[in-house]
Amino acid sequence: MKLQYNYAFFDEGSKREIRRATLKAVAIPGYQVPFASREMPIGRGWGTGGLQLTLSLIGNEDTLKVIDQGSDESVNAVNIKKLIVNTTGAPVTEETKEATLIQSRHRIPEEPLGSDQILVLQVPYPEPLRYIEPSEYVTKRLHGDKEYSGAWLMLFEQIMKHGKMATGADHAVFVHDRYLMAPSPIPRFDNPKMHDSEALILLGAGREKKIHAVPPFTKVESIAFDDYPFEVEQFTDKSCIKCGATHTFMDEIISGLKTVHQCNDSSHCLSRMNQEAV
Amino acid sequence: MGYVAVKGGTQAIEASIERLKFERLKGQEVLDVEAIKSGMRGLIDQVMSEASLYDVGLAAIAIKQAEGSAEEAVFLLRAFRSTLPRKHVTRVADSATAEVERRISASFKDVPGGQILGASTDYTQRLIDFGLLSETKADALNFLSNYRSEDSTSTDLGALPKVVDYLREEGLLVLFEDDDQEPDDVTKMNLEFPTSRSTRLQMLTRGQTGAVISLGYSALRTYGAAHPTVGELRIANIPLYIHHPLFEACDEGEDYYIGDIKVTEVESFITTEQKNQLGKTDIQFSIGYGVAFGQNETKAIAMSILDKALQMKDSPLPVSNEEFVLYSIDTVESTGFISHLKLPHYVTFQSKLDSARKKV
Repeated sequence: MKLQYNYAFFDEGSKREIRRATLKAVAIPGYQVPFASREMPIGRGWGTGGLQLTLSLIGNEDTLKVIDQGSDESVNAVNIKKLIVNTTGAPVTEETKEATLIQSRHRIPEEPLGSDQILVLQVPYPEPLRYIEPSEYVTKRLHGDKEYSGAWLMLFEQIMKHGKMATGADHAVFVHDRYLMAPSPIPRFDNPKMHDSEALILLGAGREKKIHAVPPFTKVESIAFDDYPFEVEQFTDKSCIKCGATHTFMDEIISGLKTVHQCNDSSHCLSRMNQEAV
Repeated sequence: MGYVAVKGGTQAIEASIERLKFERLKGQEVLDVEAIKSGMRGLIDQVMSEASLYDVGLAAIAIKQAEGSAEEAVFLLRAFRSTLPRKHVTRVADSATAEVERRISASFKDVPGGQILGASTDYTQRLIDFGLLSETKADALNFLSNYRSEDSTSTDLGALPKVVDYLREEGLLVLFEDDDQEPDDVTKMNLEFPTSRSTRLQMLTRGQTGAVISLGYSALRTYGAAHPTVGELRIANIPLYIHHPLFEACDEGEDYYIGDIKVTEVESFITTEQKNQLGKTDIQFSIGYGVAFGQNETKAIAMSILDKALQMKDSPLPVSNEEFVLYSIDTVESTGFISHLKLPHYVTFQSKLDSARKKV
């Protein structure tokens, strides 16, 4: 009994429902819209939120790019791409510029995105206040009241304890002066790319069943104090061993006895190398 | 000639998938789906219950594909379930008029209709039966032709009274109005707290068997009075009917019969204190309800404990916290997120490293 799946896996009703939640998310930037997250043929926590967004949006004119922590070739990126291609036949690219729809886990590409592109980010924890308040019932109300003192206090406590903000990836942002939003675990390095972005950025959390969005040209500010400004990860004096870039987010690679650095965004690195080769 | 991306990732993945198939087939035996259907009742029932998809044939294929892993088989069925449009909702099904296979009460020795033991491992000793090593099809057929089914019983198995009715008649049960509201569908919405009872019951019955049992057990063994008495456990084949799609208002005679489902249903009695009209405290019973596809007795009993615990809002029991229970209990959610830890975390870890190295 061999079964054929519908175009883009879901039945049309499911896709429509996801699109409706997406429209609401775009209309209320940074607000987490609950949606009926479906069970997917890939694991919950493996990008099912992003995948549902991608499948609900993809059409015949789209070119798809999928990256996982900067790499087009990472196991999960390959797997997700395979599912989308098998159920849609969509053309795939690794060139950021060529893609109309980019699904990414935890990176915003180095190449600036344009107005004809949509970036879909996979989100493990959509609630920026979860570390402060375990209850969903309560955090929903805190957002309603714009009551974010817990988030400020957490930063303040870090400064008291460590003399600095000690956030890693997923440093929370204020979206258009209203909602505090988890940008998904992108490195702090990528936070500024959300501000005034030309491309629509959609964020999907499959397991937690939430969709949120940063529409184009929206003000996005990383939470910080005036006297303790927000800082991105520093790669001072480091350059990519392959393409020589000095301004990108880099992976640390232990090669023999010494540590070298390499661009994390593999497709950006490759196109820089190719430009030099010309 | 420019640089090209290394395609190692894709090739390695293909090889890994090939290896998985090899592991399934290397013993040179092909597991027959019919054999799984006929001999793996326990696993099929568990998988159908956690998948919340009642289809023995599909469950058997999933079990074959998953090489017997319940976690993986449920995952396959849930993903398949996502692609199915929901066309109909059945009429309310009533277990009181369903054909009973097994029905026991731990509360009353002499329940009307009697205790019907049915098929159960409860009364066996757990000794490995080495005879099964050499069991043949001929043995099976021989056993079957000699097996005298208990059809000759005078009891009407389709009309056994419910044990709760007895307590209700005695006035010992906290009474509630019938609530015929359309139940919430947890597969079509996100949880909102506080939840409705229909939401909780759905989440519990879809819950991972081990998780439901462990959490139920946690309420039973700690302080707090969540020690229930199993009023009735029944395993019954419940016929399901749907409305005529064109004539919604038609009477039940126009309904379509779409098949039976076998369920385990448990009603547990738990004592509660009720203030009476004189201001004094009466002891009455309330019910914890558990139900699961197939024969899933431990799960259904544990579910009845959790159903009750989740209604005790001021209780100190961890399992009275609905966010804790309902967010933790689903197998696809828990196994998916735990296993995602195997994915690369190069970027996020680099970000942490940067934070740790940053000296003030």
